[in-house]
Amino acid sequence: MTTFLILAVLVLVAIAIWQMTKIFELSQAKAETAQVASDKDNRYNGYLMMAFLIFIYAITIFSFAKYSKFLLPEAASEHGADYDYLMLVSFGIIFFVQTITQFLLHYYGYKYRGEKGKKALFFADNDRLEFIWTIIPVIVLAGLILWGLYTWTNIMDINEDDDPLIVELYAQQFNWTARYGGADNVLGEANVRMIDINRANVLGLDESDPNSADDIIVKELHLPVGRKVNFKMRSQDVLHSAYMPHFRAQMNCVPGMITEFSFTPTITTAQIRLNPDVVDKVKRTNAIRAKRAINGEPNSDPWEFDYVLLCNKICGKSHYNMQMKIIVETEEEFNAWMAAQQSFKQTLASVQ
Amino acid sequence: MSLTAHAHVDDHAHDHGHHHKETFVTKYIFSQDHKMISKQYLITGLIMGVIGIGMSLLFRMQLAWPGESFPIFETFLGKWAPDGVMDADVYLALVTIHGTIMVFFVLTAGLSGTFSNLLIPLQIGARDMASGFLNMLSYWMFFISSVIMLISLFVEAGPAAAGWTIYPPLSALPLAQAGSGMGMTLWLVSMAIFIASSLLGSLNYIVTVLNLRTKGMSMTRLPLTIWAFFVTAIIGVISFPVLLSAALLLIMDRSFGTSFFLSDIFIQGEVLHYQGGSPVLFEHLFWFLGHPEVYIVILPAMGIVSEVLSVNARKPVFGYRAMIASILAIAFLSTIVWGHHMFVSGMNPFLGSVFTFTTLLIAIPSAVKAFNWITTLWKGNLQLNPAMLFSIGMVSTFITGGLTGIILGDSTLDINVHDTYFVVAHFHLVMGISALYGLFAGVYHWFPKMFQSRMMNKNLGYIHFWITAVGSYGIFFPMHFIGMAGVPRRYYENTAFPMFDEFTDIQVLMTVFALITAGAQLVFAYNFVSSIFYGKKGPQNPWKATTLEWDAPIKHIHGNWDGPIPEVHRWSYDYSKTYENGEYILPGQDFVPQTVPLQENEEELQH
Repeated sequence: MTTFLILAVLVLVAIAIWQMTKIFELSQAKAETAQVASDKDNRYNGYLMMAFLIFIYAITIFSFAKYSKFLLPEAASEHGADYDYLMLVSFGIIFFVQTITQFLLHYYGYKYRGEKGKKALFFADNDRLEFIWTIIPVIVLAGLILWGLYTWTNIMDINEDDDPLIVELYAQQFNWTARYGGADNVLGEANVRMIDINRANVLGLDESDPNSADDIIVKELHLPVGRKVNFKMRSQDVLHSAYMPHFRAQMNCVPGMITEFSFTPTITTAQIRLNPDVVDKVKRTNAIRAKRAINGEPNSDPWEFDYVLLCNKICGKSHYNMQMKIIVETEEEFNAWMAAQQSFKQTLASVQ
Repeated sequence: MSLTAHAHVDDHAHDHGHHHKETFVTKYIFSQDHKMISKQYLITGLIMGVIGIGMSLLFRMQLAWPGESFPIFETFLGKWAPDGVMDADVYLALVTIHGTIMVFFVLTAGLSGTFSNLLIPLQIGARDMASGFLNMLSYWMFFISSVIMLISLFVEAGPAAAGWTIYPPLSALPLAQAGSGMGMTLWLVSMAIFIASSLLGSLNYIVTVLNLRTKGMSMTRLPLTIWAFFVTAIIGVISFPVLLSAALLLIMDRSFGTSFFLSDIFIQGEVLHYQGGSPVLFEHLFWFLGHPEVYIVILPAMGIVSEVLSVNARKPVFGYRAMIASILAIAFLSTIVWGHHMFVSGMNPFLGSVFTFTTLLIAIPSAVKAFNWITTLWKGNLQLNPAMLFSIGMVSTFITGGLTGIILGDSTLDINVHDTYFVVAHFHLVMGISALYGLFAGVYHWFPKMFQSRMMNKNLGYIHFWITAVGSYGIFFPMHFIGMAGVPRRYYENTAFPMFDEFTDIQVLMTVFALITAGAQLVFAYNFVSSIFYGKKGPQNPWKATTLEWDAPIKHIHGNWDGPIPEVHRWSYDYSKTYENGEYILPGQDFVPQTVPLQENEEELQH
């Protein structure tokens, strides 16, 4: 309600300003060039240029001061640290350039505001200047390109070294399913044409493929910490995107093909919950939720931090609520959890 | 008055018999006059803009106050907002149509269509486009496609809702989404017509610029506006047909059971017959247009800004040849960077590397442009007219938005911000707001040319600019943070994830800024409409510009110049040019119109 009040006030203020300028206008004599900027306009708008520069800096500082804590906590994957560092350096460059160029632009807008009789400088060309501001971006970007490509090649080099855990992420409107290879760590063949809902073969596994018998199909993604995970993504209907922001990982799920991504989780769920940033975030969020509970609003249960897999490619009506919990745990916990799951064969048997 | 009014004005008196008689229909509706067509484009574009921006306000309100009931939702959305609560399907439809309308109908047709039509013949010294008939056809096809797009809003199952990129299978299967039925069919039909319209227009622009330049108007004497429109038209001709083929193949998949983009689909309990197609192919085809498209949007804005900055700084644009070179470089690179939209699409990572390389290269000509604009201001005598403010604003938002492109163009960094609000913030600043500023700069600057010397009210222009400038940053600057916090775009609400709970305040802040900024556009709308009828008449050349359009008589005639077409003797940026002794070339006047021959002892510089 207060927001509406603010809105109403702002609208009224805008109307007031508008009316005032109309009165101001009417009171002025009408020369032929009345609508061309006069010295006075140049002066006021010149000052406003400086004010606007301050505004840009202010909103930058404000946003950083106030919103930095909202950013994702430290990366929970091995390549995530490289990612974050490259991001930091890129941002450093961006803010350096942004601060300087915006200053020059608006300062010149103020400093060289027009006055009658002032003479502008006929300055049409300067090869040296052109060269400088061509070559500097070339050098900086060459550095960023090389660094980016090096990191990219490393991240996207998906191989079977170091005995990776093979996990299938299966997307459909509007939920996720995960499939593990079981004891042999090999996924059975699958295709949507083999889906048989009545027999609980929801992922279309090839029942005659021996590799599929021990596959384990779950609705919660468990990952052992410190072991490389190779994800094989499938979708049964439309495009989805498996987005795991805490691990700096994302790959689209495309019907008709299997896409891949790989990362090594480095921080368990239990550990990240103790991360000071995460502790603060949970505290803030639960304060909001407590307030909601008092007002009897929905989404008011206290929250405990969990990694999460989101859908990040528009996929239909419930796109906004397509998620799966990710739990990173120690090897022992993972093995214990895995042992408690039903294999595909057992599932089939229990249905029949 | 200035020396602009020179020799040939003397011919004013004798009437030219060859002007055919014009009826209301041939003058205002099926006009073949480029000036009228440009006004038709502008007004159609602005009306579409009102709809597009209006839609954004509706979904911004939903994002700020998720699930809240608003009577305004019920008014506009009817059955899609039972009890005033927005439905999730219509949210996606609004997002989709907002994107489509703003990108194609406002910023392509409304910006490039308007100013290419108005300025190409006038600034190169031609009587009209090469083909007035094709030009008329181009507008009316655009009009029909606009109407079809608007009709699609009223079909029973709702309009297209698969995002403006309409990736299949979502856009191909009515089973996947209600909007992919009749709504999507109309979307595709509308776009097919739009593409045809755009091609007709572009071919016309290219031919006109190449063939109809007046005597003395060499390519290196053209104003940068014309260079921008010319190159934009070329990119359009190269890339729009590819979108047509994508749309055509999608129509085949949807209606005739082919499998270009579809394979292995199980939906709502049944396996579909499609086999062997790939959605990734569609993404390639779509972005082969889609990326050049953003340059089709921004290049005309750049051209307009270069011109307006120079005129109002009373200085030549800095580095004219470098500006042309960077337009050409941007145009060339723009056709080979499309894959940066697809880094995580499942495309081969090596391709990702190639596209990272080309994408970051495009930052170089963009940086050159930004620095040249800033240098154009340096030591100028800046006349801070509304058009000038919008041009400076454009440079500001282009830099702010462009810089984050360094993040998104880097395949590594794209992984975690891909399809988040970071992207939304980036492209709204760099192509949305910047191109809109270009559009506004153009409207304020050339309004007198369009409407018989009537000028828009400058004070309302100032209010319009400053509220818009503050509001745009207010909306899109905080949005980067939401994106980096991992919030995906095209989410109907963010309440399903507790980790997004604490962003509600930012969402409210952005929405409030959006509402205020949209309110400022009403000031513009009022100013625009009232100035058409009641605007103060200014002089023939109100901004004291050198270019030919201000040499044409105020009264619009089919053929632009009463007498012979003026001859051009110099480039279009002789502002504040002096002799060595510091005296202006033309005494008492800080600009030399292109029609004025080189004076004695005057050197022709820099071109």
